[in-house]
Amino acid sequence: MATLHDSEEQPTGARNTVRFLDTEGRFAPTPAAEEFAPRLEGLEDSLLEEFYRDMVVTRRFDIEAGHLQRQGQLGLWVPSHGQEAAQVGSGRAAREQDTIFPSYREHAVARIRGVDLLDVLRLLRGLTHGGWNPAEVGNFRLYTLVIGSQTLHATGYAMGVALDNAPSGDVTKDEAVLVYFGDGATSQGDTNEALVWAASYQTPQVFFLQNNHWAISVPVSRQSRVPLVQRASGFGIPATQVDGNDVLASYAVSAHHLDEARSGRGPRFIEALTYRIGAHTTSDDPTRYRASEELALWESRDPIARYRKYLVGKGASEQFFAGVEEEAADHAADIRKRLLESVTPPTDLMFDHVYSERHPLPPLQKAQLAEFEASFGEAN
Amino acid sequence: MPGTVMTMSKAINQGLADAMAADDRVLMMGEDVGPLGGVFRVTEGLHARFGGDRVLDTPLGEAGIVGAAIGLAMRGYRPICEIQFDGFVYPAFDQITSQLAKLTNRHEGSARFPVVVRIPFGGHIGAVEHHQESPEAYFAHTAGLRVVSPSTPNDAYWMMRQSIESDDPIVFFEPKGRYWPKGDVDLGAPAADLHASRVVRTGTDATVVAYGPMVSVALAAAEVAATEGTSIEVVDLRSLSPIDYAPVVASAEKTGHVVVASEAPGFVSVMSEVAATVSERAFYSLEAPVLRVASFDAPFPPAKLESIYLPDADRILDAVDRSLAY
Ligand SMILES: Cc1ncc(C[n+]2csc(CCOP(=O)(O)OP(=O)(O)O)c2C)c(N)n1
Ligand SMILES: [Mg+2]
Repeated sequence: MATLHDSEEQPTGARNTVRFLDTEGRFAPTPAAEEFAPRLEGLEDSLLEEFYRDMVVTRRFDIEAGHLQRQGQLGLWVPSHGQEAAQVGSGRAAREQDTIFPSYREHAVARIRGVDLLDVLRLLRGLTHGGWNPAEVGNFRLYTLVIGSQTLHATGYAMGVALDNAPSGDVTKDEAVLVYFGDGATSQGDTNEALVWAASYQTPQVFFLQNNHWAISVPVSRQSRVPLVQRASGFGIPATQVDGNDVLASYAVSAHHLDEARSGRGPRFIEALTYRIGAHTTSDDPTRYRASEELALWESRDPIARYRKYLVGKGASEQFFAGVEEEAADHAADIRKRLLESVTPPTDLMFDHVYSERHPLPPLQKAQLAEFEASFGEAN
Repeated sequence: MPGTVMTMSKAINQGLADAMAADDRVLMMGEDVGPLGGVFRVTEGLHARFGGDRVLDTPLGEAGIVGAAIGLAMRGYRPICEIQFDGFVYPAFDQITSQLAKLTNRHEGSARFPVVVRIPFGGHIGAVEHHQESPEAYFAHTAGLRVVSPSTPNDAYWMMRQSIESDDPIVFFEPKGRYWPKGDVDLGAPAADLHASRVVRTGTDATVVAYGPMVSVALAAAEVAATEGTSIEVVDLRSLSPIDYAPVVASAEKTGHVVVASEAPGFVSVMSEVAATVSERAFYSLEAPVLRVASFDAPFPPAKLESIYLPDADRILDAVDRSLAY
């Protein structure tokens, strides 16, 4: 009997990767990075420090959320550990007027756009399926759990952006759309249709692929025989691969591509090579399917440690780092406290938003439930 | 206002055109809906009148059509999607049932999703596999969607206008076998609420409940029955989610004999739901169990067998006779 191909090797690795910081935090741009270097020129120190703060605060939050899950306070947790640079660089590159479609792991981006991360925990605690109003919170759309679905929503939204206004040429005003998805999502029909649509209508959007090398227990080699960045060219979409653990690379390339997209030059695709250091979710046990050597290799490429070295080299003070640590601890403690204070929503939540306009069934069943529950009171 | 005589195809076309003229956020999108005017010509002339930015010939992918429509709705547009044939809606099933249907609920009131998904459905055109199906139960089963199906040109015009105006997602089933017969359309005012069911023929001995393509069959059955001295009342549901039960229950209370008829196979169908509800709400008036007439629980057959597969007036009359014999 024959066997199906099952590749050990990773055909999906680095190709012309944009990287500014080597793993020791030295500024050592790869040849591919040169084109994007102007994006880093003149960046304020305060913004460079903000990148660090974003990563550390999110990492600390992530750890706290993991604890909360273990302590029975969350039904599930979806860690972002290891992917902070990919998320922070791209999230900070997005301009205020941009609209962002996340999948479900982009906690760093959520925070950057102004989402109260407590609302993310409310989702994982079973208090809501949504959590915030995207129109009021940084144009950051709701998390989407069906793999790949949000890519099409992003593309439709970007079609709407293009229909609303022709680009004015002012990058501080023109809108772009940024959509996040994973390596597993690249195999989904929806994602591929979104790429077809985006290319066909030349939408102002950036597809941001976080290749964290795993889709739960399935390695990226099962999804693709070629580096995923190469997929884009088949759709006619210019693409760049970045070292997703280098926040500067993620920032520079995202800023560039978002501005290209918003200026009417069509969609762009970014593959950020990164790694899911933690489990897929708290329900997962990665020791069953991946080697400790691989984990160790990627731990040595930790995005925060690397960037910290860079900032130290640039003269950032101990005081700065200590301040960030404290802020991160305070943020996590505050969220823990507020999570423990959160209350179960009224059962009305099940019925009140099924439709926008009147539909007889939800109010009928809401009344029936109320009557049923009241009947127990009468019996006593 | 005097009625204008037109086909259902033209009535829907007119409804789309009038809605697009009234609100420039209304978009039409789908496969071949542009210069061709759709394979059934329902979008004929729209592309020429409103242009390619309002009438979008999309790439060929149903998930893409509906998924992109959802994004457009998030942006404030009111997209109308055309699914070319009933049997090709399934690639979009996830976007319709997991996204479109649930997004209102997920947003807890902070966003609305006014998307209409038009689906020509049902048999009577002698087509190949996948072109004559009746998938409405899948959508009626899904909370968050509204599902409607007109049976006349007048209803088609107004229900299309009302669906486009609704802020909820609506799956609009067009009985393609009824696209071409003509009927009066009163462009002055809607005949009824979008979700109202309606008695379309009064009678006293038995009630036949139908919708979409089966309404004309039920009316034909009633015509035959009348010549034999049996008076059949016909109720057109018009809306499959929600269902307006008041006229159905009132009719059941009057006649005591209820037959429900659909082109969709009967197992776990919309009409199963109607049968159950009529039993609950009109139990003491019923003199016979509610009987179902439906297509067989087999895939839609090759065209040469479709007239046997689809319920006709005789199958309805047989059920009425069985009910009256109880
Ligand atoms: C359509 C669909 N199929 C299966 C799942 C279950 N599932 C949740 S996450 C996941 C893996 C996703 O991998 P990837 O796209 O790489 O994203 P990552 O979790 O690595 O961020 C799977 C299979 C799902 N959520 N949606
Ligand atoms: Mg992954």
